[in-house]
Amino acid sequence: MKSKIKIAFEKCKKEKRPALLTYTVAGDNTKKNSLKILNSISKYADILELGFPHNTPIADGGQIQGSSHRSLKNGIKLKDVFQIVKNFKKTNPLKPLILMGYYNLIYQNGESNFLNSCKSSGVDGIIVVDLPWPENKNFSNKCKKKFINFIQLLSPTTSKDRMKKIIKDSHDMIYYISMLSTTGGKLKVSPKKILENYEKIKRYSGKKNLVIGFGITNKTIASLSAADGLVVGSQLCKTITDSIKKRQNPVTKLNKVVYNLRNQII
Amino acid sequence: MMKIKKGVQLIDQHDKNYMYGGKFGGNFIPETLKKPIDDLTKLFFKLRKDKKFLKERDYHFKNYIGTPTPFIKLENLTDHLGGAQIYAKVVSEANGGAHKIYNATVHCLIAKRAGKKYIVGDTGAGYAGKMLSMAAKKFGLKCKIFMGAKDIKRQRPNVQAIKKNGAQIVPVTTGSQTLVDAVSECMRYWVSNCDTTHMCVGSTVGPNIFIKICAWSTAQISRELMVQVKEEFGKIPNKLKLLNCVGGGSSAMGFWNEFMNTNAEFIGIEAGGPRKSKLHAAPLTNGSKIGILHGAAQYVVQDKEGQISPTESISAGLDYPGISPLHCFLKDTKRASYVSATDEEALNAYKLVSKLENISPSLEPSHAFAHAISISPKLKKSDVIIVNSCGDSLKDKDIIKSKLGTYIR
Repeated sequence: MKSKIKIAFEKCKKEKRPALLTYTVAGDNTKKNSLKILNSISKYADILELGFPHNTPIADGGQIQGSSHRSLKNGIKLKDVFQIVKNFKKTNPLKPLILMGYYNLIYQNGESNFLNSCKSSGVDGIIVVDLPWPENKNFSNKCKKKFINFIQLLSPTTSKDRMKKIIKDSHDMIYYISMLSTTGGKLKVSPKKILENYEKIKRYSGKKNLVIGFGITNKTIASLSAADGLVVGSQLCKTITDSIKKRQNPVTKLNKVVYNLRNQII
Repeated sequence: MMKIKKGVQLIDQHDKNYMYGGKFGGNFIPETLKKPIDDLTKLFFKLRKDKKFLKERDYHFKNYIGTPTPFIKLENLTDHLGGAQIYAKVVSEANGGAHKIYNATVHCLIAKRAGKKYIVGDTGAGYAGKMLSMAAKKFGLKCKIFMGAKDIKRQRPNVQAIKKNGAQIVPVTTGSQTLVDAVSECMRYWVSNCDTTHMCVGSTVGPNIFIKICAWSTAQISRELMVQVKEEFGKIPNKLKLLNCVGGGSSAMGFWNEFMNTNAEFIGIEAGGPRKSKLHAAPLTNGSKIGILHGAAQYVVQDKEGQISPTESISAGLDYPGISPLHCFLKDTKRASYVSATDEEALNAYKLVSKLENISPSLEPSHAFAHAISISPKLKKSDVIIVNSCGDSLKDKDIIKSKLGTYIR
């Protein structure tokens, strides 16, 4: 059976465009709004990444930290995150959704327990920021058995040998970190250079879908549209922050931003 | 059952996943840091066996840090309490005033070997930052120190020292604005700059290689102590207790390492926080669960979900929710035991020791002195207690004044 993630990429390929992946944090800026946001942006995004917040994130930049902080202040727990996914999937059963977060929450919840909740709520994939290969072998196998994609990460520092091994253990999608940075850093490498690295990885990853993330905004997204998929996260978190400051509705603001992102790559 | 191997350095007793006892440590890090950590691991493996490097280290330990630090009997305190004989290893006499200078110096030497021009580090009490800025200046490295905004306010003397050494202080305003956030922010900075910059983790915490380098560096303390103890007693006393405060656990690891295979009893004293508060920084004493913090599995103060809990201690250097995986390993193998002392007990210990003796411990080792004061009267003259006095009270002048009204040293 094909995963929903794979189907989403195939659809984009037919339309000769990269997949648009968005990242928002569950519970930001409220539990209700984060569900509304998912429902609204899913019209334009092909795959939705949803962060489950952790209060000691070692790889997130200021914008996503801010979103996580707001969400935790709202008292968001894992069970709420799964509830949001479940409700989203009720109206959007075919739209792939990927959970993203840090390992300690999965560890405390229990790996199997966590995966069962993923399964019953309809999660399609998981990204664990601080569980690199080969430490993630066990968990990624568990995911595979449940037909949940475990998404491996590659970075500019990943050696060729290591890259080949990681690709071998990957599922339908691989995430390439564009540069040495936390999330939301300014794009400090030229899109040309990023695409060069991207092509190098593609030589080994073959048909597996390779997405690029970190530092991508409406200003840079078009220049990277040769990729299989592009992730925008911090810009969306910042949009929520700004709309709260200006007392605007974050749901409609975000809808507009994602609509514009989509228009940049078709 | 979890066991310590004989004849193998404690820092090397991990499996291929860098876990101690199969449960503690490891490398829970973002992909971007895999290679820099791998490179550093390989470099350190090589340098540990490199005679020239060891000679260089010993040269700077002797001529720059000033080894050995004194080992003295606290005659007045011993008489006052009337139980065990109490000694102190006065590590605060090391250049800069604390044990953090060992780790800082070694990291700078490694950074030079790695060809890095920049070095960054975290700090809580400000000692790790002060020492790193000192060593960076000496070895010609540009230095950035990450420090919680709350700690910047409460550890003014060390903040001034860091600035005087020409390092840049980056105030961390996220979360609780203490050590835990400083370490996170420093790691985030390293994720973005690992190609040009060397990172020094200020204690025996973080990804495995940082635990190793730090414990390997502070081990100097017990190498000296072993000689000093044998000189004083002719042998290692039968009933010897080595008391050390633990926050991240770097000074305790250094204080105990050479005594691992002796009969010496190890007691680690955690920060119990204010007497009437539920908050503390004592994961081992209070039975916290294993979790992942700053790249390593360890006992950590956290809630059911796995969110790291706020901590509270009068001592900035111990105010950390986690604890070195090495101490978790020592606890579960029962090689060491851990207790906690409250803020008030630490303050009283500071006062008593400063009044009776020529030394004046900072609030961190005052936690260890508090335990010595509490157990000593019940012990006999044949019992020997040695406390690692790993910091000087001068940096805590403001806090002590506000709590006790006066400051003596």
